[in-house]
Amino acid sequence: MELKDKLMSSYLAFEEHVDLDNDIHEVRNKAIKFFENTGFPTKKMEAWKYTSLNSILKEDYSIFPKKEDAIDYKDVKKYFIHDIDTYTIVFVDGIFSSHLSSTTHDKIDACLMSSALDKEKYKPIINKYFNKIVPEESMTSLNTAFASEGAYIRIPKNVAAEKPIQVLNFFTSNEAALMVQPRNLIIAEDGAQVQIIERHQSLTEHPVLTNSVTEIYVGKNADVDYYKIQNDKITSSLIDNTFIKQERDSNCSLHTFSLGGKITRNNLKFYQHGENCNSTLKGVTILEGKQHVDHNTLVHHTQPNCESHQDYKGIFSEKSVGVFNGNVLVDKVAQKTNAFQSNNNILIDDTASCNSKPQLEIFADDVKCSHGCTIGQLDDEALYYLRTRGIPEKEARALMMFAFANNVLSSVKIPEIKKRITKQIALKLGVELGFNL
Amino acid sequence: MLKIKNLHASVEGEEILKGINLEINPGEVHAIMGPNGSGKSTLASVIAGNEDFEVTEGDILFEKANISELSPDERAHKGIFLSFQYPVEIPGVSVTNFIKTSINQVRKSRGQKDMPANEMLKKIREKSALLEMDRKFLSRSLNEGFSGGEKKRNEIFQMAMLEPKLAILDETDSGLDIDALRIVSDGVNRLKTKDNATLVITHYQRLLDYVVPDVVHVLMDGKIVKTGGKELAKELEERGYDWLKEERAEMSS
Repeated sequence: MELKDKLMSSYLAFEEHVDLDNDIHEVRNKAIKFFENTGFPTKKMEAWKYTSLNSILKEDYSIFPKKEDAIDYKDVKKYFIHDIDTYTIVFVDGIFSSHLSSTTHDKIDACLMSSALDKEKYKPIINKYFNKIVPEESMTSLNTAFASEGAYIRIPKNVAAEKPIQVLNFFTSNEAALMVQPRNLIIAEDGAQVQIIERHQSLTEHPVLTNSVTEIYVGKNADVDYYKIQNDKITSSLIDNTFIKQERDSNCSLHTFSLGGKITRNNLKFYQHGENCNSTLKGVTILEGKQHVDHNTLVHHTQPNCESHQDYKGIFSEKSVGVFNGNVLVDKVAQKTNAFQSNNNILIDDTASCNSKPQLEIFADDVKCSHGCTIGQLDDEALYYLRTRGIPEKEARALMMFAFANNVLSSVKIPEIKKRITKQIALKLGVELGFNL
Repeated sequence: MLKIKNLHASVEGEEILKGINLEINPGEVHAIMGPNGSGKSTLASVIAGNEDFEVTEGDILFEKANISELSPDERAHKGIFLSFQYPVEIPGVSVTNFIKTSINQVRKSRGQKDMPANEMLKKIREKSALLEMDRKFLSRSLNEGFSGGEKKRNEIFQMAMLEPKLAILDETDSGLDIDALRIVSDGVNRLKTKDNATLVITHYQRLLDYVVPDVVHVLMDGKIVKTGGKELAKELEERGYDWLKEERAEMSS
């Protein structure tokens, strides 16, 4: 059976387990109809021109995992940021794992989407926020149709979350291929502050396909600092759809570290809805083998006096493929916008490829918008300089690539993450360097 | 220590060095002077092993071993250091991390273990003080946004850390104000021992007032046309290079 057909019939089975009277059901019904009409995205669509899902859609995915496979904390500890105190929301094969998690309702909510969707007391919030900024697209609709579990995080007005929140998704399915569709809702109310770390990690050799949707609401003068760690196995693919709505005077910064996985597609859209918003989108992508990462970003400036900073760096070797499609849209009223976009790529081998497509649409006339995209090799003169200091060519190359990628890390605010990613990058570049990691 | 015999080198098919002979012994300071475009910087690059230049004839011997085929890093491991005329900016690598990597790679090539962290720190403190460098400077990205003087001080700081046997200073004085020139040349002088040697490449005599050479060579059109003592530098400063050109023209006619 084709995956689409399987999903359609699975939806009918899914309906038997959910409350049909819930308002959400209407939303789900509408979404599945949209998906039924459009199907999966294809390369014929402009936004998917460089990324084909064909190779991952042919698997016979199991849509509903049976039960949580028990995993020991010690086996997965390395995937946690464990050297600092955090709240953790952990899912195994899409199902909440209480023994690996430490959730909270004390001052803030860091808990489950399933309770938020089902419990009466969350109803006003769900009605206000659920699926309100998600564009109607094939993959997002598919997620919405099956939306039932994920992280629900709410930071009330003027509260700063005391510790970062980790959202981890593990996959253990050892019988068949697995498809999961996490649905996350994050609300930072006016003046709230929160740091979130999200990771998807397969522990199995079987194919895994994740199609996740995350909605992030950043209230007035609130601050959200978000990190996505994508360093999965070559059998796992991820379609990440993240949508952010910012109110006036708010900050939102999102870093994406793409270091592994088969096909990773990041649909990241920022919608600014008030004056004086600041949006930061940064990414480091380091790939080899046949890995494929596609960053599709949008910053929509709809109000005056806002800023956005986009900086994505990529290093591609062997047969890996990188795609960057960065959109900046400045409405006519959004005067004094300051939008910066940069995408720099290094191709290590002739067999690697990179497609970089910046798109700026500016309708205001008093703005500062700059963008630059480069695809190149390492600077020979700099390599020579390092070599005259006794650093052999291989190490000199690694040091330069490290420096190139490391520049993005300067804006990482959690030192443990910076340390970890730095180490990952050094490890990935295959060289131990004699400097502090 | 360094012996260059009939060295010819070209870049993109154009011959720049046309038969250089040069011998430098331990404890000596040599200066190479000459007009722009005479091949001074090319000579420095060829000794350091820049692969953009092709050695078409002749040999470079360092401590009696032919190093013509060695890579720049292998030459550095043997104790050759080049202070760049235009040091390259490398964003994302701090001065400290860079010098640590450099020192430990050189040690590795000699079969030594990494320098212990406290020893490294002590050495960095000592040598940066020698060059009157600010502590903050050490955590900045290598050469990025450095002024001309800071770049050159940073070059000599690296030299102080690496303690080479042969240091080649390529136009180290260019673009320096008088204070920076004093700091840089003091640094160079204090690093001088009876076992190491210095090759100063300069267009002007100014630096040679501070770093006094034992031997001065004049390079013109890819050849050393005159060799003398430190007084030759003064003569060049007063008379320029034209009289040497005329002298050569007379000789050849």
